[in-house]
Amino acid sequence: MSTTASTGRTSTAPTSPAPGAGPAPAVPTTPTDAAAQATLGVETTARTMAESASEPATGITGAQSLVRSLEAVGVDVVFGIPGGAILPLYDPLFDSAVRHVLVRHEQGAGHAATGYAQATGRVGVCMATSGPGATNLVTPLADAYMDSVPVVAITGQVSSTLIGTDGFQEADIRGITMPITKHSFLVTSADEIPQRIAEAFHLASTGRPGPVLVDVPKDVLQATTDFSWPPRIDLPGYKPTTRPHGKQVREAAALIAAARQPVLYVGGGVLKAHATDELAELAELTGAPVVTTLMARGAFPDSHPQNLGMPGMHGTVAAVTALQKADLLITLGARFDDRVTGQLSSFAPDAAVIHADIDPAEIGKNRRADVPIVGDAKATIAELVTAVRAEHEAGRTPQLTAWWEQLEDWRTRYPLGYDRPEDGMLSPQYVIERLGAIAGPDTIYTSGVGQHQMWAAQFIKYEKPGTWLNSGGLGTMGYSVPAAMGAKVGCPDTTVWAIDGDGCFQMTNQELATCAIEGIPIKVAVINNGNLGMVRQWQTLFYEGRYSNTHLATHGAKDPAARQVRIPDFVTLAEALGCVGLRCETEDDVDAVIEKAMAITDRPVVIDFIVGSDAQVWPMVAAGASNDAIMAARGLRPDFGGDQV
Amino acid sequence: MPRHTLSVLVENKSGVLARVSALFSRRGFNIESLAVGPTENPDLSRMTIVAEAESAPLEQITKQLNKLIEVIKIVELDGEASVERELLLVKVRAPLTDRATVLQTAELFRARVVDVNTDTVTIEATGTPEKLRALLAVLAPLGIKEMAQSGTVALGRGPRSMSGSGSLRPVDQRSA
Repeated sequence: MSTTASTGRTSTAPTSPAPGAGPAPAVPTTPTDAAAQATLGVETTARTMAESASEPATGITGAQSLVRSLEAVGVDVVFGIPGGAILPLYDPLFDSAVRHVLVRHEQGAGHAATGYAQATGRVGVCMATSGPGATNLVTPLADAYMDSVPVVAITGQVSSTLIGTDGFQEADIRGITMPITKHSFLVTSADEIPQRIAEAFHLASTGRPGPVLVDVPKDVLQATTDFSWPPRIDLPGYKPTTRPHGKQVREAAALIAAARQPVLYVGGGVLKAHATDELAELAELTGAPVVTTLMARGAFPDSHPQNLGMPGMHGTVAAVTALQKADLLITLGARFDDRVTGQLSSFAPDAAVIHADIDPAEIGKNRRADVPIVGDAKATIAELVTAVRAEHEAGRTPQLTAWWEQLEDWRTRYPLGYDRPEDGMLSPQYVIERLGAIAGPDTIYTSGVGQHQMWAAQFIKYEKPGTWLNSGGLGTMGYSVPAAMGAKVGCPDTTVWAIDGDGCFQMTNQELATCAIEGIPIKVAVINNGNLGMVRQWQTLFYEGRYSNTHLATHGAKDPAARQVRIPDFVTLAEALGCVGLRCETEDDVDAVIEKAMAITDRPVVIDFIVGSDAQVWPMVAAGASNDAIMAARGLRPDFGGDQV
Repeated sequence: MPRHTLSVLVENKSGVLARVSALFSRRGFNIESLAVGPTENPDLSRMTIVAEAESAPLEQITKQLNKLIEVIKIVELDGEASVERELLLVKVRAPLTDRATVLQTAELFRARVVDVNTDTVTIEATGTPEKLRALLAVLAPLGIKEMAQSGTVALGRGPRSMSGSGSLRPVDQRSA
């Protein structure tokens, strides 16, 4: 079968455009003037909204006060679903300039807020009712927490008098989310609402960003209160360190100037701090190789000759080995995650460690730091540039020629690659590589979790920050479609592709209905291998090919004698959800179907790429093994020549 | 493993105790004793936490504690430079034949008798954990009917305080 397009339905896709260009949210910098700044730095249309919202009001409801607070803090869009306890809030929201995107499941609202935040750098907002509505936000909040994404979740709660009585749709969401949020509030009086909202946005967006939950009982939403803005922010225990310590920076610069085999180990913190320009300057100044973690893809251009690619379990041989053989790790906003270090005790055994992070708890958590630097990555890297320059001017310049000869050797001998499937099926890596080439570096790519995620991290060339969104820390299957929806709402003029697996896609594809109805034309490439591919890969490698519960029948039944029907048929499913459904099964059709999808801009598009089941992600370091034991491909152990370097 | 006493100033708000104790259990630490009470500032409470840990994991748990928004400051109090006290209430069997021994023991430990009846005597004692252990060891053969003991509370010696000027140096500023 070749590429087939459905006609789809167009009548169900009225667009409701976002109100104005996205305002920069009020991201306060210090607690004292945070609320005062809340109305500053906002673009014209939003300034009007924020300014008019921040006029005082008397005798309004808590719900009105909450909507006014959201307007005043600069929110342009909220993803959510109403329900009993939060119903009072939805009434004033009906008249607000804040756009509400009605999702189909609260998990979709949470991931959409995350995708919005990661694509725009602004705080993402999601909303749910009490009980099951709130508990459905648990997964995306845990996800945002692990990946340090600024998200504010607003949940309705049963009335104060019912709290603790096991009331209908009651769940202690503040308690439930304590370990998976940066902070969580239970609002006890309507008069507190502006302050709690201002504090929530301040906490979410400053320091190490993260999700904050604000739980508001129904009677608090219904109570009468007065509103004034900006409120006082009172967080005496919250003082994130943003300026790095000068002495530490100078010590780091001295190590950098003396290193013979340094590596810039770059993590997601560099993207969170918008420090990519500073990183480029530091990289070129030092001449050191750069590795970008899964969370940092796009922080440094893949086309730059100093970029060795991604480190870790499925990183490039050059990136993994550079870290192993380094004499200095210049760690910037990364956290020595187990998927990067492999067996910790044998990770980068000869390297001194400079560890710069805004969160002091990350420093020394997994790997001892020789030079710890607590501070915002943007400020830290800028000061490192100055300090390294001073070292150079004092005549201390690093000699990295031998190191680069070695790195180039690894890079040339063990490039990323893949074989075409032996059974003649379409190669998933080829599909993803072509998608990246055709959609280009201005596109935002999101992914689910598994093989397709790793291939998307490996075979798409990321040149710009904020173009690669995925669930790195929690590894949340189902992230990609709602995250793409949020990213598209935040960046309506940018093409957004969700690269998903057939397993992940079945967890959250209901949000395609939201996309179709709300006019959010995302594109989805389902890399359909008929299986939970990454689990299957491990079953192949470590469980003697015993494929326990990984067959999904999206290629047809497991039993060849049974009637071969694809369940579900993603093309007709897409059509049922108001999208265009396309299918591609051969390499010859790949470019054409992607171009066809690129040309459709008025509706979401889903392409069902039927790919081989046995493609594997390589290179690979087995879980718990040393990074020295990296396999470049199945059965291919790189030759590092024993005493090289 | 070494024993550590952490003095933690927190905002006096609901849910703070839950956050702190959950953090310890989530990160795999066992709290030996925990005492919470008001401070000279009505907005703040002081938690005194005694835990056994090696120094690297202890540093990690204090950094994680510091990340809790409602935690204001953490100081580790070392035994030499601080005063540590616990409160013990113990109900001892004291028939007339043993009563003199019980009362004498209480006196030796500078403990007070707070309740007496025909069969038992209830003793209130304060002191270091070591002193209270010694008292209990002496009372045990007489027959302990019931006891209640507080967690450790502690303050640093000398003129400095955790909240005022010239204050004790918080744990998170020691490394770096």
